[in-house]
Amino acid sequence: MMVDIPLASGLSVAAVLFSLGLIGVLSRRNLMFILMSLEVMLNAAGLAFVVAGARWGQADGQVMFLFILATAAGEVAVGLALLIQFYRRFGTVDADAASLLRG
Amino acid sequence: MIETFYAAAAIAIVATALAITRTNVVHGLLYLIVSLLAVAVMFFALGAPFVAALEVIVYAGAIMVLFVFVMMLLNLGPATVEQERRWEPARIWIGPTVLSALLLAELLYGLSSHAGQRVAASVVEPRAVGVALFTQYALGVEIASMLLLSALIGAYHLGRREMNSPG
Repeated sequence: MMVDIPLASGLSVAAVLFSLGLIGVLSRRNLMFILMSLEVMLNAAGLAFVVAGARWGQADGQVMFLFILATAAGEVAVGLALLIQFYRRFGTVDADAASLLRG
Repeated sequence: MIETFYAAAAIAIVATALAITRTNVVHGLLYLIVSLLAVAVMFFALGAPFVAALEVIVYAGAIMVLFVFVMMLLNLGPATVEQERRWEPARIWIGPTVLSALLLAELLYGLSSHAGQRVAASVVEPRAVGVALFTQYALGVEIASMLLLSALIGAYHLGRREMNSPG
């Protein structure tokens, strides 16, 4: 038996998850955790799309989630390849190690 | 279903908060997997079984496996946990947390104007998603395939070990 879920609570959960991801991106120095936080943010955006799609009972929200999924997969593949190169070059995963452009 | 939704939402938020604050990468990854599975349960409760399955297979499965493999390649020993503690004193968290909390408060205030609206209690079948994907959004699918191809080539190029450079 399905009971209607309030639209605002679904979108609020997406907003909270997005904020948590934002905190992670801003405050971590380990590149691995920065990439994980980016995943959380993309996933929260996808959740917002699915909630909005479910509000109108249309498939469009789920289609947009599929595109976000493809983007996230591409982003994480390139991001992790960059992380491996970073580790080879600097011997650490500290984002502050890449400071050659600092004035 | 509404209880399922709220329970899964609570699990997702707690697991994500734990995932971004761990000092050990493996613990963070495991909490992140729990969070993604909880989001999959939320999708199911919202009447979107197709994306719930994809969330488990692609996010919690494929993408997280990629993270675990890279983590094993980097071979970060127990010394890194101690290093993390030095990198992340508690005061570093204050600024980003306050700013994000302010943004979140604004967002929640904006969402409160939709208080009356409710999610339609109907299941959107995978068939409907597939039909929309390959008729209306066929161009988007082509672009996504190009994106994935370029990501594949980019990741291959970046991940290569260069012969004449140090390291």
